[in-house]
Amino acid sequence: MSSDIQIPIDRESDIVTARQKGRELAAEAGFAGSDLTVIATAISEVARNIVTYAVRGEIRVTRIQLSGKSGIQVVASDHGPGIPDIALALRDGYSTGKSLGLGLPGAKRLMDEFEIASKAGQGTTVTMRKWTR
Amino acid sequence: MAIPILKQGDTLIVSIQAAPTDQELLRLQDDLADQVGRFRSRGVIIDVSALDVMDSFASRTLRGIARTTKLRGAETIVVGIQPDVAFAMTQLGLTMQDVMTALDLEEGLQMLARIKEGTRRRRE
Repeated sequence: MSSDIQIPIDRESDIVTARQKGRELAAEAGFAGSDLTVIATAISEVARNIVTYAVRGEIRVTRIQLSGKSGIQVVASDHGPGIPDIALALRDGYSTGKSLGLGLPGAKRLMDEFEIASKAGQGTTVTMRKWTR
Repeated sequence: MAIPILKQGDTLIVSIQAAPTDQELLRLQDDLADQVGRFRSRGVIIDVSALDVMDSFASRTLRGIARTTKLRGAETIVVGIQPDVAFAMTQLGLTMQDVMTALDLEEGLQMLARIKEGTRRRRE
């Protein structure tokens, strides 16, 4: 049983791979039912952001434990152009691409914890966690 | 690989299997717009019951398909959104506004029949 998976993201078909592998690991971590779909959907959104804005990057999914709680952590990282205004990127309906602008704010709603670190010209790292109930 | 489109009378039926790539979904949009014209179809049913995830891209593409086919004279009904998928879509903020949905293929076909009946009556 693995506790950590890394999926390189450099083309659109990797989005499907990432969310399928993430779902499998989440199931191993004790998630079930709609939580699995919720996690897979959040992974799909952050993976698509990598393909759309940074071209390539990676998604790392890890089983985590903290003071009796268990869950999973998803880290999506890239060395793309970065997000100049994170607050704006987290606003519903805002997009510099052609999307609905729901990817980042939506992923934030789907998960329990959500952080973005980004530097212009250096890349973006999105870290999100969800705990089993 | 192209997503297959079945023709049943004046209705086109698409059953999306497994996880389609973005390219496959975009191609489906083009193929449907083309076939609605070629077969003079009045309705399109897209069965998504095999989809385990409906993310913002898939949802936007389905909305695009519904609008495109509508402009070509056919109504699109999306059927079979699974309960877990519906839950995740709601949290994500996807509404599928302005896209008709039905529980399953059977309900979708009945809905189309009612729409066509309404259109026929208005014409008479």
